[in-house]
Amino acid sequence: MTDVKELIQAKVKSIGAKREALMPILQAIVEEKNYLDEEDMIQVAEALDLSTADVYGTATFYTFLDTVPRGKFVIRVCKTISCHMAGKDEIVDTLKDLLKVDLGETTPDKQFTLMQANCMGWCHKGPVMLVNDDIYTELTKDKVIKIIHDYMGS
Amino acid sequence: MENKEFKLVDLIFETEGCDVGVVLDRVLKRTPDDIIMDMIDSGLRGRGGAGFPTGLKWKFTRSESAYDKYIICNADEGEPGTFKDREILERVPMKVFTGMAIAGYAIDAKEGFIYIRGEYRFLQKKLQSQIDEFNLMLENKGLDFKIALRWGSGAYICGEESALFESMEGKRGEPRNKPPYPTITGFRNKPTVINNVETLVYATMINKYGVDKFKELGTRDSHGSKVFSVSGDTPKPGIYELEMGLLVADFVKEFGDGDAKAVQIGGAGGTCVPRKKFDDFIIGYEGVPTGGSMMIFNSSRSMYNVLHDYLEFFTEESCGQCTPCRVGCQQLLKGIEAIKRGERPPSYLDDLKSLAASMRIASKCGLGQSVANPFSTIIDNFREEIIY
Repeated sequence: MTDVKELIQAKVKSIGAKREALMPILQAIVEEKNYLDEEDMIQVAEALDLSTADVYGTATFYTFLDTVPRGKFVIRVCKTISCHMAGKDEIVDTLKDLLKVDLGETTPDKQFTLMQANCMGWCHKGPVMLVNDDIYTELTKDKVIKIIHDYMGS
Repeated sequence: MENKEFKLVDLIFETEGCDVGVVLDRVLKRTPDDIIMDMIDSGLRGRGGAGFPTGLKWKFTRSESAYDKYIICNADEGEPGTFKDREILERVPMKVFTGMAIAGYAIDAKEGFIYIRGEYRFLQKKLQSQIDEFNLMLENKGLDFKIALRWGSGAYICGEESALFESMEGKRGEPRNKPPYPTITGFRNKPTVINNVETLVYATMINKYGVDKFKELGTRDSHGSKVFSVSGDTPKPGIYELEMGLLVADFVKEFGDGDAKAVQIGGAGGTCVPRKKFDDFIIGYEGVPTGGSMMIFNSSRSMYNVLHDYLEFFTEESCGQCTPCRVGCQQLLKGIEAIKRGERPPSYLDDLKSLAASMRIASKCGLGQSVANPFSTIIDNFREEIIY
């Protein structure tokens, strides 16, 4: 795993040690380990000369910048109207059964976190879900089972 | 009321014979003032939904004397029912970048940014290499303008322009007070032109074909065409570029499943048009304006569930900064739930409607202000479904 310090330094080098670098830095850390822990945020605050509270306050504003531990694969099922109408409830139930977790929970082996999110911009192809950055559209029960099994095997 | 027949248009996704280098060469031979005059004359209005005249936005920013100015492409597409900007960026990215470069030339900006939602992160690699390619082309043409990418992280509110600037500056995406508007005080508090993805492509196409071809399309107040994202109860969901000014009834005839009872125009913050009013409105600034989201509901759908979904969405996506929006969204949601459970009398709906009306006046930004749109149009037309 890349060291968080190195991630911070890379962004500071390209954007500068200024507040504008905050989002790109936090995004880079989340991309690497799927969430921000306290130590990460303290380091970012030091690098940008901000208060830790300020970094935490900014991070917690954004849904994708999680500040609690998440699994290796973060699943976000779209719950907004079109996907709702297209049957996202069945997809969520399938995932709950498959992973034996409830919404917001992470599997004990720290592989999967199951969540819902708002509109992801695929309303013509619902129901959809994101697994980390990858999008899966026109989901059915069978499709979801296959996708998750593929991740389990990876 | 002037209305137009159903007509498919192919400007946005047209790739045949669209060499953006040629368009740029032509632009660079003209003066910035001429370019801006054309944009004003074309009548192009912002395609993100708010509909501000694009040419005026450019003109105001040009007239600011600041040394640093910025062009921002708003690709934080988050309105439920909208997916056109992603499609545009996937299929014709060069035309988006060209629109930014034209705007940069027109207002004398050296830097442009694309702020794109985190949900589209899968586009990153491809988009970045296309941007690099484009920047190189500009360099070869001797135009001092560079484009960079910035990412959102799952906050609907960052599509609001001043919240977007805050986010780009590394802060919570909380909208600023307006005025001053972005044309004076935008990103880094400098004069900024912020345009939607689709608007920038039209800027490119207007410079390719000239103003008249664009003005031939549409109605008096709604020039040109527009990309619509069609979803819900329709046999053919997807992206369609249509002439502006289509009657809602004609839209439903084309896209409905024969049983449409309502169309939500403009997304969660838009307007619900019920079947009995399909003949009363056109899609455009004289009727119901939209950023492109068109969601059709047939008679099997509960409008209570639709409204409930929208209110849940706003409750979660409100930035929480101003009280009318933060508390108002929650109370509207709790309110309709209480009526449904019979804990509140049906007349309580009228109290909620007046709360929504207050939110329209008192909220700081478009999010809180627009909650009243779906709320009152759904309540007024489907009152019995909300109560029973």
